[in-house]
Formats: sequence, C-alpha cells, structure tokens
Amino acid sequence: MLFTFKNKMLQTNLCNIRLNNPTILASGILGVTKESVSKVGKNGAGAVTLKSLCHEERTGFSNPTMFGYNSVFMNAVGLPGQGIDNAIKDFQRLDNLGVPVIGSIYGYRIEQFGEVAKKMASLNPSMIEVDISCPHMDYGKPYYADPELTSKITESVKKNSGKIPVSIKLSPNVYDIKEIAHAAEKAGADAITAINAVSGMVIDIDARKPILTNKTGGITGPALKPIAVRCVYEIHETVKIPIIGTGGVTYGKDAIEMVMAGATAVGIGTGIYYRGIGIFKKVCNEMEQWMKKNKVKNLEEIRGCAHQ
Amino acid sequence: MSYDELCRVEIPKVMEISKVVHEGKNQKSFFFRHYLGCKPGQFVMVWIPGLDEKPMAVSYLSKNEFAFTSNAIGRFTDSLDKLRKGDKVGIRGPYGNCFSTKINACVVGGGVGMASVSTLIDVLTNPVIINGARNKEYLIYLKRYKNKNMLVTTDDGSFGRKGFITDALDELLQNKKNKIKVVYTCGPEIMMKKVFDICQRHKVECEASLERYMACGFGICGKCMINDKILCVDGPIFNSKQLSKLSEFGNTARLKSGKNVTIKEYHAAH
Repeated sequence: MLFTFKNKMLQTNLCNIRLNNPTILASGILGVTKESVSKVGKNGAGAVTLKSLCHEERTGFSNPTMFGYNSVFMNAVGLPGQGIDNAIKDFQRLDNLGVPVIGSIYGYRIEQFGEVAKKMASLNPSMIEVDISCPHMDYGKPYYADPELTSKITESVKKNSGKIPVSIKLSPNVYDIKEIAHAAEKAGADAITAINAVSGMVIDIDARKPILTNKTGGITGPALKPIAVRCVYEIHETVKIPIIGTGGVTYGKDAIEMVMAGATAVGIGTGIYYRGIGIFKKVCNEMEQWMKKNKVKNLEEIRGCAHQ
Repeated sequence: MSYDELCRVEIPKVMEISKVVHEGKNQKSFFFRHYLGCKPGQFVMVWIPGLDEKPMAVSYLSKNEFAFTSNAIGRFTDSLDKLRKGDKVGIRGPYGNCFSTKINACVVGGGVGMASVSTLIDVLTNPVIINGARNKEYLIYLKRYKNKNMLVTTDDGSFGRKGFITDALDELLQNKKNKIKVVYTCGPEIMMKKVFDICQRHKVECEASLERYMACGFGICGKCMINDKILCVDGPIFNSKQLSKLSEFGNTARLKSGKNVTIKEYHAAH
C-alpha cells in the first residue's frame, strides 16, 4: 500500500504520549464539544487541542470575529468559552475520546492559571497547554512578553497538573522568543507550543472601519508560516524540550519544514479553512510521499536537520 | 499538489441596499443588486460595520438581485430595521447546504422561518404551502404567494385557519389523496421538532433548516455544533435520516460561550 495511514513512519513520541502521526489540531479551531473532538480524531489528527478554557464563562467579542483572504486568516474571538466548571460537566473525562486530547487553559491572574490547571487535570487530558500568548486579551500586562511572568505561570501550572505534561504556548509578538522559551523550560515546562497568532489589522475601505469588531486580531494561515518556522528554529537552538510547531501548516511540505526547524509535532488549525477537516490525512499522506521519495525512514532522521 | 485552495476569500463585501420592503410586523426584506450564486436554503453573513455580523437566509433570488428578510428582535436586527435604501452593509457567502427539490412537496414555514424556505418555494413545482404565525400582523409573503396553493394559519385565528401550523400539517398528511412525499420546514425549533415527528408518524420524508449560534459560517469555529454535525457546513438543512440521529434537535443548543443549555434558555439568551 502506497498511502497507509497508521504507518510507523509518522509515529511520534511527544512527552511519552504516543501519537499515530505528528499532526495536532491547534487550539481555537473546532474543539469546543466532545463530538467535535472525536470528529477531528476520526479525520486523522494525531492529537486534538481543546479551545482554551479559563475559570469563568466568557461570550467573547461580537462578530465578525474571523475572516480570510488568500494566505491571510484573521481572528479576534475574545477567548469565548464555557469555563472550566461547565466543561467538567460537559466533557466528564478526556481520556476516552479515541484520540489524545490536549486541554488548553488560561487565566487572568497567575494563581488562576494554577486553579484552572488543577481542574483540567481532573479530566485526565494527555497534556495541558497553557495559553499565555493570546494576542488580544484585554486585561493587564501581557504574560507572554515577560520571561519572569512566563516562569511564574509555568510553575503555578506545574504545581497543579500532577503527572500530566505541560506545554507553554508562546507568542511571536515579542522581541526575543528564545528568552521566553528558556524561562518556560527552566520553570519545568515539558514542551513548547510555538507560535500563537501575529497581531494585525485589516480595514475595509468601503466601510471605512476595521473588519474585526475588536479592530485588531491575530493573523494565522500560510502568511504566518515563515514567522513560525523562524521561531521554532530559534527555540530549538535554545531548549531541549519538544516543540509543537504551529503556524500556517497547510501541506505536507510545511510539516516537513517544521520538523526540519526542530518541531516534534505539528499544529494545524487554520489549515482546516483551506483544506477542510480532511487536512490531517492529506498532510500525513503528503509527508509520507515526500519521505518515501527522499528515502527518509522516520521523522527522527530529519528533525532539526536545518540546524546542521 | 494544487495551491488553488489558498485563493479562498471569505471577507465581507460592502454593498448598498437597493430596496427595503415591509413584510410584516417588525419584518423587512433588504434587497441588493448583485448576483449571488446561491441555492434554495443557503444563507449569507450580514455585517453592520462596527456592530455585529449574523447569518441570514437568502429569501429572494434572481439573476441580478437577492434579498434577506429580517425580524427585529434584538440589538443587531433592531439596527438592521433602521437601515434604508442607499445604506451599506457587508455581505459574505452564500454558505451552507441546500434543500432537495422534489415533487409532491409541502413547505411549512413558521413566522419569519418562511424566509428560509421561500427561495425553495420559488423553484418547486406546485408545492402545498403552510404559512403560519402567532397572529395576522406577523404573517409574511401573503401577497407574494397569493397565486400558490397556500394554507394560512394563525394561533389566535386573526387570519386564515385558527390553530397551530402543525395541526394543519397533520391533517394534510392524514389525507393520502394529497400525495405529499416530502415536507420542507423552517420555523421555531420546537415547531420543527413537531413537524418532524408528524412526518415520521406518516412516513413522509422531512427536511428542516436548523439554526445555532455561528461565528465563521465556513466550518472552523466549532460554535454551531449540533451533535457531530457542523451546522454551517453540514447543514443548516438536515433530512429525516440525519434528524433522527440528532439528539440535540429540539432539546439543547450551545450559547455563544459554548455552554450547552436547553433550547428554551438558548432562545431567551439570543
């Protein structure tokens, strides 16, 4: 068989979590309900990240909260979510959905990160991802831009997450992403997810107003990829923990590029907009095709090879 | 490998309102001189710059014109209600799947739900229409379909037959001489659930146009999930086979935050 799916070629070990393949649904796309998680799993994702949850229910911003054109996709949804307490009732557990689930969390204050992490851990996800980097939070000092705050949040989450590995999701909207990644690793992070969206704005010249109701938002999609690859490359130079390379991955070649920059797994979010929910299988098939053509037996052979 | 997928554009296009038609109490149709390649039952996202963006069913469709019909019941639709000819809104779409267009059809529209089935009525061959509302003031499209086979009901009997739309449907299906093979419906979800149950009892195929809170309209935000279906792309129209598997249909829906609540709480919140 030329395009088998549960093929050993793509098997990935991420913090001792065995993934059938390195593609992971990124946080914020689908991932709101149990059934949507299973649906993405059935469509071939190696793991699924939930939409971020905090200590309270949030409705988020008014629409338009997202739109796309060509290689740019923009969103400012305002972190809507049912809150961790409602989610506990809704999901009950996260270890029986047929695919490894990553619970994404955040808080407003440092101690809330810990509280939400503890509750998320009770659902038994495969991993907890910490969103310190959403570029459009409307309160307080941005945690993502400060190594000391990043370190405090990481410690707070690690103290409350038991044996569940923790990944810190970083923002590209910083002067030096390496020092933030280093701070997270030093504080005990098990992995780094890089990157979140880049801050931007689009104005409709006929309406004479920004399209997003929040005016500014996050740029994702293929336009983000060179920035993401650069960040993953820089982080790989700095830390030893695995990296989930996220940002603009749309085709198998993009995923290969991320791995060459040093990523262990590859996040896919906006890619669903371009290629539908079948993107996970498509990307895996394209990765395998490339690997066979180039006589690469497993991803370990090429991981970080761009650094040599 | 093709990169055509990367040329996808889903961004509001600002258009001028060419005509506003009063349809019923708090109900108006907004027309645009623009070709919209659209099938019966599809919807567009309507943007009032700086305020909000909501899905609206396409209710009139011709070669060079389309319209949607809005019912003023909240912040967004109240603002729409104030717009006049020459004002501008943003439009993107069309989105969603479409109704089948079978013969021997009955179309059941409850209140402004008629808007979601009107472009279907326009292409069907001699459908039986059941158009119902609370009272006379809320009935729409009476003139538009005056030459069609249309049964009108009002809950209070102020116009047409007194009683619920669902009772009229039950009677119609009971009489096998009517040869109804398929029922198309849109209206309040509780009504549609009853319509579906009646169809199941009479072994008649049913297609219903459902609604859930929506942000993107193109299947990625995950807010409009109903069971395992992404309503904006897998729906909004679901057939009997699908409806019978949707345990949330007529029961629960998700708020803007993603919290799962009863249909009653959902409608109170939106």
